[in-house]
Amino acid sequence: MKVLVAIKRVIDPSVKVRVKTDGTGIETAGVKMAVNPFCEIAVEQAVQLKEAGLASEVVTVSIGDGASQEQLRTSLALGADRAVHLQTDSELEPLNVAKLLKGVVDRESPGLVLLGKQSIDGDNNQTGQMLAGLLNWSQGTFASKVEIDGNKVNVTRELDSGLQTLCLTLPAVISTDLRLNTPRFASLPNIMKARQKPLESESVDEHLSAMSQHIEILELKPPAPRKAGVKVSSVDELVDKLRNEAGVI
Amino acid sequence: MAVLVIAEIQGDGVAGQRLSEQTCRAVTAAQQLSDNVDLLLWGTSSAHIVDQLQGYPLGQIHLLESAAVEHGLAESLAPVITALAVDYQAVVAGSSTFAKDLLPRVAAMLDVGMTSDVIAIESEDTFIRPMYAGNAIAKVRSHDAIKVITIRSAAFALPLTNGCDPVTVVRVREDIAALAVNDLSSFVSEQITESERPELSAAKVVVSGGRGLQSAEQFHLVEQLADKLNGAVGASRAAVDAGFIGNDFQVGQTGKIVAPDLYIALGISGAIQHIAGMKDAKVVVAINKDADAPIFDVADYGLVGDLFDLVPEMIKRLPQS
Repeated sequence: MKVLVAIKRVIDPSVKVRVKTDGTGIETAGVKMAVNPFCEIAVEQAVQLKEAGLASEVVTVSIGDGASQEQLRTSLALGADRAVHLQTDSELEPLNVAKLLKGVVDRESPGLVLLGKQSIDGDNNQTGQMLAGLLNWSQGTFASKVEIDGNKVNVTRELDSGLQTLCLTLPAVISTDLRLNTPRFASLPNIMKARQKPLESESVDEHLSAMSQHIEILELKPPAPRKAGVKVSSVDELVDKLRNEAGVI
Repeated sequence: MAVLVIAEIQGDGVAGQRLSEQTCRAVTAAQQLSDNVDLLLWGTSSAHIVDQLQGYPLGQIHLLESAAVEHGLAESLAPVITALAVDYQAVVAGSSTFAKDLLPRVAAMLDVGMTSDVIAIESEDTFIRPMYAGNAIAKVRSHDAIKVITIRSAAFALPLTNGCDPVTVVRVREDIAALAVNDLSSFVSEQITESERPELSAAKVVVSGGRGLQSAEQFHLVEQLADKLNGAVGASRAAVDAGFIGNDFQVGQTGKIVAPDLYIALGISGAIQHIAGMKDAKVVVAINKDADAPIFDVADYGLVGDLFDLVPEMIKRLPQS
């Protein structure tokens, strides 16, 4: 079974994000970029499935400008076999990403698609579910455990209230949550080897221009700053302030 | 045009079941879009919920009683909602794991975009939502005829429920209900976290612990303070990674986003990813021995010192709630 993993290039999670002063976007000049943390977990899961003999090939795909190839190379260093880069400089929204990914699924016919549950830039948490809907496949979102058994896969999901296990018929789309695994670090020899692995790139601008814009971002603002707080010197003072000044206890 | 709210039921046993607070708040959001708000109520036996909803500000309830939707799986509910949605200007639900799973599938089947985690409604097509873990607030416009949105429940009040006309109940047409039947997925089991404490993302008080608690045993101190304040327990990612407590308690960009009246951070340094999950709390208290910890930058009240001395003292000083 072939496993397709979609990954996204995002601002590194340890970087403090700043909104551009003109409200048109986020400051990205000179900012460190990384594979979206949830996507890293998806890559790790696919590689573990291959190591367990349950996946025959792991293909990663990313959509974005030329720099996205850097994150695809990372995925190859982590153990993916081959990478597909859908090149565009356009801003993307989840539904159109899902449509572009559907195109790759139609061509590659994977038995399983793995994605991060959300990207830490848009925070939409939509793409995996949309892809499953477009394909009319089963979906296992926010997965913390994945067990493949023949043409079925048992997925344990992280809900607000606890855990839920579903049995999905393959092919399926699974979106990954934090507890699924701990991604490995790429070793230097594997980083060297990744340079030789196949990475094909094609422009998707033509496809995108045929798609409509559904959700338009009109403006971005930094959040209202919190007012400066005070340091208190004792528990007594703290309890007093919480009771009489803030009125929260 | 009307708005369709997707119900979520919470509570144990048939007698204890009620419309979730998130759904109630989604009704308030829907009222800001239209005077006509309908509800899709789904499950295997919903008569007692229908009774509870008399007097609620709803036009009609679409009742979907079917074994195929017993567990509310997206593969079953999405085709039904897609069929019903064509008569509506918007489909709205609270930002729960249930709706996050379901609504994007609905949107894709309708070939429309979706707006997640709406915190304010500017007009019937323009919404405010956080991005980048709340480090940017976006104003977005939906260009689709049917808007699909989830709302952050902390941002919307409970609806007023007096003086409303009786609610009409309409069973979902059989041919539409039949769309729920599929062999794509099936329910296996569920493991609900048993807790007497309030649910983290809806609690009025949250007490969270970080790496400063040092061990799983000492993390009980967080629970003791939470119980004294009748609050929920949270944790930083560092505490979760160190194995002090399970991931369902994680507050932060990659965990739960909370906005309680009072948030108390114990032994939490205040990494960006944690701040993202709690900075909308009304009042933030930080107790940490490192006076330079970034958590103090967002704390209304900071107390520098050893939490193992200060927290037991605080527990003693607080009245039993």
